[in-house]
Amino acid sequence: MRAKLGLSQDKISEARQLATRICEPVSKFVDGHTSVTVERATLRLAGADDADADGVPVPNLIVDQARDRLADGAFRLYASALARTGDSPERLNRKIAEGLRLTDLPPADESATARKAVELVNRAETRVRANREYRESKQAEWKDRNHRPLLYLIVATGNIYEDVKQATAAAEQGADVIAVIRTTAQSLLDYVPFGPTTEGFGGTYATQENFRIMRAALDEVSERQRRYILLTNYASGLCMPEIAAMGALERLDMMLNDSMYGILFRDINMYRTFVDQKFSRMLDAWAGIIINTGEDNYLTTSDAYEKAYTVLASQFLNERFAYAAGLPARLMGLGHAFEMDPTIKDGFLYELAQAQMAREIFPEHPLKYMPPTKFMSGDIFKGLTMDMMFNFVSKATDQGIHLLGMLTEAIHTPFMMDRYLAVDNARYVMNNMASFYEEVEFREGGIVRTRAAEVLDKTLEFLRQTEAAGLFDAIAQGHFADVKRPKDGGKGLEGLVKKGPRYWNPFEEHLTRTLGLGK
Amino acid sequence: MNIVRPYGDTLDDGKVQLSFTLPVPDGAKGREAARQLVLKWGFKDCDVVHSAPLSAGFSFYVAYGKTESSVDYDSCVADEHSAEASLSMDEVNEFIRREIRRKVVVVGACTGFDAHTVGIDAIMNMKGYNHHYGLERYSELEAYNLGAQVPNEKLIEFAGKVKADAILVSQVVTQKDVHIHNLTQLIELLEARGERGRYICVAGGPRIGNKLAVELGYDVGFGRGAYANDVATFIVKKLAERN
Repeated sequence: MRAKLGLSQDKISEARQLATRICEPVSKFVDGHTSVTVERATLRLAGADDADADGVPVPNLIVDQARDRLADGAFRLYASALARTGDSPERLNRKIAEGLRLTDLPPADESATARKAVELVNRAETRVRANREYRESKQAEWKDRNHRPLLYLIVATGNIYEDVKQATAAAEQGADVIAVIRTTAQSLLDYVPFGPTTEGFGGTYATQENFRIMRAALDEVSERQRRYILLTNYASGLCMPEIAAMGALERLDMMLNDSMYGILFRDINMYRTFVDQKFSRMLDAWAGIIINTGEDNYLTTSDAYEKAYTVLASQFLNERFAYAAGLPARLMGLGHAFEMDPTIKDGFLYELAQAQMAREIFPEHPLKYMPPTKFMSGDIFKGLTMDMMFNFVSKATDQGIHLLGMLTEAIHTPFMMDRYLAVDNARYVMNNMASFYEEVEFREGGIVRTRAAEVLDKTLEFLRQTEAAGLFDAIAQGHFADVKRPKDGGKGLEGLVKKGPRYWNPFEEHLTRTLGLGK
Repeated sequence: MNIVRPYGDTLDDGKVQLSFTLPVPDGAKGREAARQLVLKWGFKDCDVVHSAPLSAGFSFYVAYGKTESSVDYDSCVADEHSAEASLSMDEVNEFIRREIRRKVVVVGACTGFDAHTVGIDAIMNMKGYNHHYGLERYSELEAYNLGAQVPNEKLIEFAGKVKADAILVSQVVTQKDVHIHNLTQLIELLEARGERGRYICVAGGPRIGNKLAVELGYDVGFGRGAYANDVATFIVKKLAERN
């Protein structure tokens, strides 16, 4: 795409340098720590699964058993038990679920445990590589059959089997991406439930079995439609890396994953979140999963016109953290949203400026663009026209992932016909003005260029302040989203562990090597 | 008596716009099914003006019907606090200075597992919503927004700590009536502690009416379209009444 805004390249690279310096001390902290969910994610990759009679997942049971030696990592205990007993992971999982304490077993000798580790890592590598290759081959086979931008729809019935029906219909109507929204409050559970689920509030539990069920259904639709349908879930909350691990194993294609969302909007401890986001992003990078970051949340909380710079600043930080975890730009679905007050004069031009700016600053990134929600009022007719404006901006500025707006936003979870009207609207607009933007330049000194330059300037100023305060303190002082989060406050801090000299995590080592993240 | 019917382009023509989905394939037979359904709902005429396939076994319809039903407008009683009587932000501040003569303390939260802060933010955040400033902006109010997913116990504890005059609860998610449970539990907890009388309890959310809120033991409920000044007006008038 041709640049239209005349943005200062010097300022853009200054912003990137600031982001690098802001993230540096955080990364240093992250590399010296692990967390209960990083350990559980590792165990899941090694094969730990299943749950006891009370529904406590086996990875949680193991981490609890290893609680006083987590500085060494939980993996050693599991690998040693496999080596010692000769059990398959499935068999050992069952024994653990039935009450076996791994700490009661005499440890296997170091070399047997090390051999077991290699075997487990290879097994996971083979599976994840096969997933990646399957996705790539299908996307090559059905090249150019997806919409551009990808049309993204959400299902949320609470019952995975009902979700399958809704998702199938949505894909048949034209969706390229299906997100199964999670049940309210799953982000605050410090475990991932086991098995298929049919009860949820405002969404469906993310479980590995649910992932498998939906993946199979979407693969079937993909074959019929000859279009690869991407599956999305939420690697956020207290189990970020575990969800990412399950997604890697079950071939999910996208994960909501933001470096700071949990801290600001879910009151999860900041140290815990930064540690968890790093490992989850390494897993996403390994599995070829596109992350979707959560900048839209800044705009539902604060004013979209006044606080536009917080979106750009967050995009720079998310980008930096993502690079630090080995994600290439093509897997970074940086977020933003069409959330300005519809009564603002020339609001459309400001939205266009913001979206175009994101496109020019992040040229290879599949930007994730979110529809109007905050000013959707219950007037479904007005809602449809607002969604139309949003569709126009998205197509014009070549966004990557387009979350379809619902005319019934703020009324109910979408009906089947609501999704149909959303797809129909998007298809109409995007086809009808497909090449329009190529005909258009923006006037120097005009509204669009001026606005973009202003937002970039404010972003720089904001990043400078953040650097001066330090990211941890900046968050504590309320620089982001007007929310103050004390450093040792929030949920999940007790699950953070400083790595000891004997810390051993062969999956992390493998990923560090594969992703070229050597120290 | 003031008898009214829906108005299309002529008084009493009774024209109504409908759209719905049927779990059948699109086609002439589906359209006939849609037409018969509309007539069964009591409409006198029905035009199915549009149909489209949603997926293999589902179809979408737009239809117009003509109804002969009517209501007596004069006998209707609204289940809402009329916004017309609400004071503006400046008037609320002035009212507090004149009638209450101390800061009024308000604590708000989205309780239970509900993570949707749009409602409580619209009422409480500095910026407010749709050109109605939020309670944090009111100079005579001390407003605390505890955010989302706040357990009822924690909310009550906090209200006690800051000596709140009013507790605001927002509930957006209503699937499987989870909002009823959350709202009821708060009142039960307050009553068990003998503290219900200490607070003005306000419930809010897109699916919460005044009637429902009062039934559940709240002083008032605000639904769609309510703004910060509506909520503030209720609280300060109620406080003045109690004094």
